[in-house]
Amino acid sequence: MIKQGVNNFSTFHLVLTLLGAFILLFIVAPLLGMIIDTPFKTFIATATDSQVLKSIWLSIWVAMATSLLFAIPAIPLAYVLARYNFPLKNLINGIIDLPVVIPHSVVGIALLGFIAGDGLLGKTFEAFGVKLLGTPFAIALAMAFVSLPFLINSARDGFLQVPERLEQAALVLGASPFQVFFTISLPLAWRNIVTGLVMMFARGMSEFGAVVIIAYHPMVASVMIYDRFTAFGLKYAQPAALLFLSVSLVVFISLRFFSQKR
Amino acid sequence: MLVVDQISKHLPTFSLSEVTFKVSHADYLMLLGPSGSGKSLLLQIISGLVKPDSGWLLFDGNDITYAPAGNRNLGILFQDLALFPHLNVFDNIAFSLKVKKQSGSIVRQTVNELAAQFSISHLLKQNVASLSGGEKQRVALARTLASKPSILLLDEPLSAVDAQLHLDIMGMLRRINRHGTTIIHVTHNYEEAISLASRVGVLNQGQLLQVGDPVEVFQNPRSEFVAKFTGAKNFLRVKGLSATSNGLVYAELPTGKTVAFYADTIFPHGFVCFPEDGVVLSTQVENQSALNVFRGHIIDIFAQRFGYEVVIDCGFKISALITRESLEKLNISAGIEIFAAVKANAVRFIPEI
Repeated sequence: MIKQGVNNFSTFHLVLTLLGAFILLFIVAPLLGMIIDTPFKTFIATATDSQVLKSIWLSIWVAMATSLLFAIPAIPLAYVLARYNFPLKNLINGIIDLPVVIPHSVVGIALLGFIAGDGLLGKTFEAFGVKLLGTPFAIALAMAFVSLPFLINSARDGFLQVPERLEQAALVLGASPFQVFFTISLPLAWRNIVTGLVMMFARGMSEFGAVVIIAYHPMVASVMIYDRFTAFGLKYAQPAALLFLSVSLVVFISLRFFSQKR
Repeated sequence: MLVVDQISKHLPTFSLSEVTFKVSHADYLMLLGPSGSGKSLLLQIISGLVKPDSGWLLFDGNDITYAPAGNRNLGILFQDLALFPHLNVFDNIAFSLKVKKQSGSIVRQTVNELAAQFSISHLLKQNVASLSGGEKQRVALARTLASKPSILLLDEPLSAVDAQLHLDIMGMLRRINRHGTTIIHVTHNYEEAISLASRVGVLNQGQLLQVGDPVEVFQNPRSEFVAKFTGAKNFLRVKGLSATSNGLVYAELPTGKTVAFYADTIFPHGFVCFPEDGVVLSTQVENQSALNVFRGHIIDIFAQRFGYEVVIDCGFKISALITRESLEKLNISAGIEIFAAVKANAVRFIPEI
């Protein structure tokens, strides 16, 4: 907020600072309150509770696997949206943003119909004797649905920043379109792609609404916290919530740190 | 030989219509035209980055109209150079070799040779962002030549460089051309064309108006646009330059006559040009103060928008633009003897590089 030295201080800057501080306090205060409310002993007991650890680990690995797996078709789609013009492109961009605006319980209901025994995907899998409901795969679908826009939008912005001229130069130098994509476009958009992956991972790991409808069990961390809250109340849910918050922050911060170091 | 045959491309705001020309092996063809004339689009079509709507491209008898850009054995140097910012100088130059899966030793050898040729060996490990403008030009040229293209396409390579670098790069291009690489070079600068071209083509609004030997095109523009764009019609080849102490330079015209002018640098060959309205006509030789007085016969007189153009044969052709009043005063007509005077400081020298 300090611009060109202290002389510029004015009522305007005071108002800006106060409003900004209010927002920051609003975000930080409830989280801090949770830390203060949780006795250290209870926290340690929760951190060694195998059921809690299992569900946090499930959240992390499924969210990570979801991001990496869905990146394979999502990144090329982002490239297509950045590079080519075609009819209905705006519609497709709109469809990609759709998961952000749909209530997540609605997402859960829609997906459930899709993967249940009589749903399209569910039927297909059941023909091979595989049940989808209540599996990490079902959780992954719910996570992917709500978090894909973060990766696609970020990757598309990254590809848009790569001058097309560089790709043309590579083509004339004898590179195939695949080589151009892997040696020029992808490396130059890499920073945005990694940021998108981290955001997608974070969003997937924190998803509750869609996941709880599709898979109450096995419990991911957010469902486990909700389960403890409804069964035993606030005091019992708080330590688990605090642990999940700490783990999420550590993972999120380290991922951001490593992705920006590149 | 590259044959460009009736190439057309229609874009919403612009069209290229039925462009036809040939480029022989080791030619240096300059395509001259104002911005928006279709020069860059034509290069993109030749390189395969843009597909034409109709027409053919033949290279040594093979139809390459729809061949992929990477299979045409062409190199292109873009005006903005398009160096890959995430690769260092070595990897930029090595790019075409690596995508063709050449062995490591061939890649190293080729890159090192090119780096030596362009005096950039000390820069190989550097990031391209840290290079100066001239170094970037050299790296881009080396990268383009690494794949040993038989035709080099240049998109205004000299428009963004300062005067010293200009000469440097022109010299490099000339050497590359002498080593047998055919060059197609687009520019809006007609002095560049004069300095380098073995043939020139003039493009305007998507049409190729004229192609041929530079002297022929500049002396005999076939349309008003070509005449205006190239400027002076009086355009003569000179050789055997000799400088005097006061900065005046004497050079020999094709007929053996001498022409005097001022020039900063002496080159063995080049061209002189002077404007048509800078030629003063007289029926007698006595009252001329100009250093260059050419004696000849009038071959033609015809009306122009402002006055008359008088064409004189002095062993070479000179065009003079005079007013109706002068024409009446001189009382001249085709066939009579005339003296054409040109001041030394109206003559511009353009070196041949």
